[in-house]
Amino acid sequence: MRFSGLKVLAEGLTGNKGWTAHWRDAQPKPEYDMVIIGGGGHGLSTAYYLAKNHGMTNIAVLEKGYLGGGNVGRNTTIVRANYFLQGNSEFYSHSMKLWEGLEQELNYNVMFSQRGLINLFHSDGQRDAFARRGNMMINQGDDAQLLDREAVRKKLPYLDFEQGRFPIYGGLYHPRGGTARHDAVAWGYARGASDRGVDLVQNCEVTGIDIEGGVVKGVQTTRGAIRAKKVGIIVAGRSGLVAGMAGRRLPIESHVLQAFVTEGLKPVMDHVISFGMGHFYISQSDKGGLVFGGDLDFYSSYAQRGNLPMKEHVMEAGMTLMPMIGKAKVLRSWGGIMDMTPDGSPIIDKMDGIDGLYIDCGWNYGGFKAVPASGWCMAHLMATDQSHDYAAKFRMDRFRTGVGIMDEEGTGSQHNLH
Amino acid sequence: MRLTCPHCGERDRREFYYQGDAVALNRPGPDASDVVWDDYLHNRDNPAGMTRDLWYHEGGCGAWIVVTRNTLTHEVLATELASDVKEVSA
Repeated sequence: MRFSGLKVLAEGLTGNKGWTAHWRDAQPKPEYDMVIIGGGGHGLSTAYYLAKNHGMTNIAVLEKGYLGGGNVGRNTTIVRANYFLQGNSEFYSHSMKLWEGLEQELNYNVMFSQRGLINLFHSDGQRDAFARRGNMMINQGDDAQLLDREAVRKKLPYLDFEQGRFPIYGGLYHPRGGTARHDAVAWGYARGASDRGVDLVQNCEVTGIDIEGGVVKGVQTTRGAIRAKKVGIIVAGRSGLVAGMAGRRLPIESHVLQAFVTEGLKPVMDHVISFGMGHFYISQSDKGGLVFGGDLDFYSSYAQRGNLPMKEHVMEAGMTLMPMIGKAKVLRSWGGIMDMTPDGSPIIDKMDGIDGLYIDCGWNYGGFKAVPASGWCMAHLMATDQSHDYAAKFRMDRFRTGVGIMDEEGTGSQHNLH
Repeated sequence: MRLTCPHCGERDRREFYYQGDAVALNRPGPDASDVVWDDYLHNRDNPAGMTRDLWYHEGGCGAWIVVTRNTLTHEVLATELASDVKEVSA
């Protein structure tokens, strides 16, 4: 089934009876060339690009719940390419380019909206840091503009510019940044992979990884054993648990990150705004809800729900930045489990000492925007056994050697600092 | 979440600073290999369930505390002074 304007029109006139399932709900076969553990954004995009770029279609994606039921359906949908460090910069730049062609590529409306992202700054020192970051973004070939206070005021007149604690000096504007419909990204990649022959197996939890003589042989699941020549672990917050099945410990600590949405409102906010000093960011969804969030709860957790202190902090930060939102009612809040690395940057690498086992993890609180490029690079690694140039620095051994640590925030390479 | 400081009693979570896994108490010797140091500094069991981690009573008495809690439910099961834990393991 191909989506088009004509199809929508024809279906609209005939009672919408011709729409079919977007992907096959496959039954697991006893053997595949490759198995992807995890049917989230990154797992599905990896399967898609394995099929599309590398012609590999004897693949299964194993998902313990339903497709896209984890972080890809729980995030705040922001897409940006405003990274500073070499290694991150080229990777997220590539991801942005994939985002820009994604709807045509997948023939799927992911509602990608380049509404522009503005990072506010509140001091001379912060302005210098953002000017430098903007220059790095431009050097990478992406876009950045340094806005002074009046230029920000023109775009975002509703902010409290003169507040005593953090007066707004200006902002770094990233026009190509924006948002996308998170569920649709998972569904679009699922449909694209399924159409190319990939088996998407839901309600299939991996319970063990079979390794003989240092070579991966397959996985044990709640729906039986599945043999595979190569296995990719792409399970975000659960990375430590699945790697544990292969006898490995990872440089990962799982933390809960909360997000919030208000009732639907008339259009009021055109951009994505981040208020770093208050650990607060916000945008308005196409449905009208203000989608916002803050920082981690800052202790390890698998609970998918947060604690009250961080809720209070986020609300306070929102009120500080834009008092106008005070009367909006919060509809709901939720939490996702973040796979935090010590330096805050991800890992796309082979599992050292186990042939045929690969891992894509450590996306911290920024995995959504990485979905296209992560799949692209993980597929390249699994198909060719070589790291893709854009992900060559996402090595696991950087923590042991100290070479190539990518601490984007400059806070130190230590678990509780990101 | 509330934590019970052995000195001060039950207190709001906001009085405490989270350091991370209580593995921090088992510092390797200065001559230990890079693999051992990497394991100590970076690699974690990261359990879904019972865990023991190290918290600092920053907004209180300044004690370092080992908290035994459940990462799935946020239930706190025990708190003890890190110095006591260290003494027992020494």
